Amino acid sequence: MRESLLQEAESVLEEWLRARGEVPTAETSEGFRLLALHRQGARGVPSFNACRETCREIAYHYNLLAEESRYTESMMAMLVEHLKLFVRGKLEVEGLGDFCCSSRPLRLESAAQEKEKLHG
Amino acid sequence: MSKYQKVAYYPGCALEGTGHAYNRSTKVLGKELGLELDEVKNWNCCGAMEVKNVDPKVQTYLSSRVMSIAANQMQASVVMAPCNGCYHNLKKAEHDLAHDADSREVVERISKKAGHETYRAGQVETIHALDWIKDGVGEDELKRRVKNSLKGLKVANYYGCMYTRPRHIFPEKDQGAGSESTSQPHFMDDLLAAAGAENVDFPLKTACCGGAHTLSDSDTSTKLVLNILRAAEAAGADVIATECPTCHSGLEMHQVRAEKVLGQKTRVKMLYFTQLLGVALGVSPRSLGVHENVSDGLEALREKGLA
Repeated sequence: MRESLLQEAESVLEEWLRARGEVPTAETSEGFRLLALHRQGARGVPSFNACRETCREIAYHYNLLAEESRYTESMMAMLVEHLKLFVRGKLEVEGLGDFCCSSRPLRLESAAQEKEKLHG
Repeated sequence: MSKYQKVAYYPGCALEGTGHAYNRSTKVLGKELGLELDEVKNWNCCGAMEVKNVDPKVQTYLSSRVMSIAANQMQASVVMAPCNGCYHNLKKAEHDLAHDADSREVVERISKKAGHETYRAGQVETIHALDWIKDGVGEDELKRRVKNSLKGLKVANYYGCMYTRPRHIFPEKDQGAGSESTSQPHFMDDLLAAAGAENVDFPLKTACCGGAHTLSDSDTSTKLVLNILRAAEAAGADVIATECPTCHSGLEMHQVRAEKVLGQKTRVKMLYFTQLLGVALGVSPRSLGVHENVSDGLEALREKGLA
């Protein structure tokens, strides 16, 4: 189960990368391809770091499940769900995470266009 | 005496509206702990979303004006902002003024026009309410003052994003032992543990809630928040502790919306960390504004014999 959840998380990031015209890396970072994919996905998109900790927690829970039998997969599943929701939201609305996580304005371009319209 | 014993207090707009209970409980907590708050005179909006979205440099100016009043008119060396948005914006302004000549030029020009002294980077230190209690009082002293231990109360601590991201505007964080971590923040966990609470292992403590898009893309926000609430419940939490009025009202609002729109009910309650610490110090929940929260935290406190 933990293997399939990890793969699901990787496939979410692969979708993000493909949508941006990139080839998802096969490399690993700290032993996880998921973390390498996140690093690749955040290149040039600082707001993508909004899901950095979620990815790291997925890796942590993956390890936890291997070592501690008292844990169940439900929390890891919720983390993967959160990653999925965030990436889906980001694919629909590019600015998701921009304002808060990278401290970038959300609608600077449209504001500039409005200004130009007003002042000719 | 701690340098945080007396600080310039910048409540910000949210604490006068939706986050009124946070304002009230912050003031009560300070009084109980012998910490002094001196409200910034004639403060203005930090530039929040509205101004930052139109002209980020004007946002830098607005935040700098707050710091200028604190430094130049009140001779304060520390500004405390309990709202993550205000805290983040003041920190960002500090960073921009230290590193960007254009920002300095704009701030200088507008400050002159407005007729007040220009804020210079480094004049004040901006801190969050968590730093204020953590460094101004500390866990040991807090433990000593607890009259109504939160023992038995399981808490998931939710920090949101603007308290730690982007990392470069918080140079004091990630500095090893004793400093706050941007990837695994723990100050709120530390304080509530000192008050007797049982912090649950909560992996979504800095997870995205869709925040800034909550009005334009409510469904995404509702789903993200619902997942945060469910994860807190799965972790065994009775309450989610918050340290930001926007996070707090976002969790409350989308909890209600998730039930109405998606038919998904969650029962975890939201309480400000200042309310929880106040309860631990023996202050009545009413004095801490618990009854003003949308989420009925009183019920959770009663269940645990804390109210």
